[in-house]
Amino acid sequence: MSTTSAAPKAASNGGFTAAAATYLEERTSISAVVKEFGRKIFPDHWSFLLGEVALYSFVVILLSGTFLTFFFQASMAETVYNGSYAPLKGVEMSAAMNSTLNISFDIRGGLLMRQVHHWAALLFVAAIGLHMLRIFFTGAFRKPRELNWVIGFMLFILAMAEGFTGYSLPDDLLSGNGLRIIDGMVKGLPLVGTWISFLLFGGEFPGTAIVGRLYTLHILLLPALVVAFIALHLTFVVVHKHTQYAAAGRTQQNVVGYPILPVYAAKAGGFFFIVFGVIVLIASLFTINPIWNYGPYDPSPVSAGTQPDWYIGFADGALRLVPPGWEFVWLDRTWSFNIIVPVLVLGLFIVTVAIYPFLEAWITGDKREHHIADRPRNNPGRTAVGAAGVTFYAALWAAASSDIIATHFKLTMEGVIHTLQACLILGPIVAYIIAKRICIALQKKDRTIALHGYESGRIVRLPGGEYIEVHEQLDEYERWRLVSFESYQPLMLRPNSRGKITASNRLRAGLSRWFFEDRIAPVTRGEIEGGHGHH
Amino acid sequence: MAQDDNGGSDLAAADSSAVELVRAGDPGTAVLLQDPVENPGFPPHRKRVTDKDPKKNKRAERTVYTLFYLSIVGSIWAIAAYMLFPIESNVGQVRANTLFIGLGIALALLALGFGAVHWGKALMADHEGIDVRHPVEGTPATQARAVEIFQQANEESGFGRRTLIRNSLIGALVAFPLPAVVLFRGLGPQNQNPADLLRHTMWKKGTRLTKDPSGVPIKASDVTLGSVFHVIPEGLNDREDMLEQKAKAAVLLMRLKPTDLHVSPERKNWNYDGIVAYSKICTHVGCPVALYEQQTHHLLCPCHQSQFDITHEAEVIFGPAKRPLPQLPITVDADGYLVARSDFHEPVGPSFWERH
Repeated sequence: MSTTSAAPKAASNGGFTAAAATYLEERTSISAVVKEFGRKIFPDHWSFLLGEVALYSFVVILLSGTFLTFFFQASMAETVYNGSYAPLKGVEMSAAMNSTLNISFDIRGGLLMRQVHHWAALLFVAAIGLHMLRIFFTGAFRKPRELNWVIGFMLFILAMAEGFTGYSLPDDLLSGNGLRIIDGMVKGLPLVGTWISFLLFGGEFPGTAIVGRLYTLHILLLPALVVAFIALHLTFVVVHKHTQYAAAGRTQQNVVGYPILPVYAAKAGGFFFIVFGVIVLIASLFTINPIWNYGPYDPSPVSAGTQPDWYIGFADGALRLVPPGWEFVWLDRTWSFNIIVPVLVLGLFIVTVAIYPFLEAWITGDKREHHIADRPRNNPGRTAVGAAGVTFYAALWAAASSDIIATHFKLTMEGVIHTLQACLILGPIVAYIIAKRICIALQKKDRTIALHGYESGRIVRLPGGEYIEVHEQLDEYERWRLVSFESYQPLMLRPNSRGKITASNRLRAGLSRWFFEDRIAPVTRGEIEGGHGHH
Repeated sequence: MAQDDNGGSDLAAADSSAVELVRAGDPGTAVLLQDPVENPGFPPHRKRVTDKDPKKNKRAERTVYTLFYLSIVGSIWAIAAYMLFPIESNVGQVRANTLFIGLGIALALLALGFGAVHWGKALMADHEGIDVRHPVEGTPATQARAVEIFQQANEESGFGRRTLIRNSLIGALVAFPLPAVVLFRGLGPQNQNPADLLRHTMWKKGTRLTKDPSGVPIKASDVTLGSVFHVIPEGLNDREDMLEQKAKAAVLLMRLKPTDLHVSPERKNWNYDGIVAYSKICTHVGCPVALYEQQTHHLLCPCHQSQFDITHEAEVIFGPAKRPLPQLPITVDADGYLVARSDFHEPVGPSFWERH
């Protein structure tokens, strides 16, 4: 009721803007949204921008991709190229390849848009990956954000699927070989592989259906899922409110930062244009996916040093690292363990990533909400597991370039593969140990600084002739960052009410010991009060 | 006291001397300190240079609007570049078109972005705000009301009581998407079995070996020692299903000294005077095994680095492939042209489940 009486007054006072606002308000009740979100607080940190980069590059992908759909023909019908690019004139190719060449060579700004689209896609997956690492290493996936981690994980998988379906569309030699590898992998799967390949390609490889089908996935089904998951992801960010790093005044019960209107809108909005601008800058300066050099797809030729887009590399590398001879005939059927094993290993790896929040919650038994992001050093077990995972991924990823590493550094192909096989198994173990020790050392350093201050560089000679370096104490605000964390203790195994120790409890206690046996306790008030006297 | 999620107290933190819980929920094995350091509260606000110095404030303002004007220049330049750098005759123009339109748009976007961020950071009020967090779960009253609504709905509909209705509904809901699954059989041609298709290629007795891609037949006398030919079956280029056939029938032809070849007895007449033909499709995942090393007679697959030894009937000497490349039995016809003796004796290309 109050709106109706207030509205005419606002309209008469405020001119057009106020009149428009009133018009909208009376039809949408939008003031409630402004009231709710207008001054909502977002905390600031550079690492919070990684997710924004992912979001903004997706917007760029949508814009540039829509432009491309107006010209691209998702058809494998045979055509003869008759466009501007002289070296391919008269060559038979599919309509898909033909139209992609036309976008590149005959439409002003077409190549720019193709390159914007491809670079933005590469950045999209990279930003999601880095964003996930940030979430992981700071423990921002803990309650209440476990489900949002899984949604983000789904987005990561969808982004890779979008990427793969996208770069297969031009039907050039490189993408055709990529599809050939997918076909070979699918065929190697037991029981259903042959039929899945047959249905996917609409008959024998390569067929004339796959580009059209991938196009439907690429511009309809997958983007719809990505948009839906992003909406869900951001809704949860609003529901949970953003995490923040420990700092003086910040607690588990508050969020400290800038309001959406105006500061956050200016900074985030501006950042969108910066991300967009950087993508366009890269796209105007650097060629990506020059399909005119590869030519149309033909199952016979292939160029040496073929590489998938970066985010598919780990899967390709997994195929390369399989030792010779992992294929058997058993029960009159072919068991291609050289395909099955890498598929299973990759599957296990990504499933572990997806369920990690639940695993950690089970081990710690912590049921509280966590809104202060950890510094990675303050949870050495988790950080070490993350370092091991990154190393595992990196070994697979490097393997996708094994031939290029070999030719570039003049090494033997076999030597590179054997080294990477060793890295895949031993690398994560070494990375785990090193990361854990570094974390604990950093915690010890923090502890020393919190208790005894930092080295001031001022050397003083004592009356007795002794030289000492004066330590300066931190102020209490700086100190808070170093001391405001929690540590976990290992579980003690005890029989339950029926006097039994179950296997799952044994496992949980074992994992808990593995995670938390080595730990540095945070500094207490008593220690600080006691510590002041020393210097 | 730490509670296990089974409800039992079978697991507990080694040190369970927990102090009073500040936050809702079970801390699990987290150590709650008896005398934690206290949060000192917010540090005093520090003014920015633009708050203290009016000159700096003015300069920041100038920077922001200069950037915004620069952005307009970028946009106009991009439009001008669209007209100034047409694509008419050569590839060099594509480069100029891409570069200059791109730089204009990039300038427009970057200047706009930096201007807005600078405005936000240097000029807008920088007092941090504080929002209070509440537990994510609803209030007990809300939760109770939600439970009540479900109970009421259950009572009013009889969903829990009328089990026949409920179970038949669940059955119907499970069954209704099944036809869609069947429809997807149509993705592949009906009345064809993929495993049968994969067992055969275009090669048959008497098919001439021709050059890829021209289709010119190859005489045995053209194949000099150490040379390699990329080969397709005669007539491939006229086929409707050219790519599908080529994906199975592509062959590599090499001539080695007959003394270098280790030929097993049953393949004695599969080569012609040291000329051997092997499937070019890798037995791993199907890439073309296109790299031939003349000195060692090894074939290398560029995709996953499987290596095959031609002197030993293309057996695998390294890499993830298991099976040797299938050999195409060849001979010469009356005119001296190389021809196939038969199709491959086994399926070519990647392994598949029904292969045996």
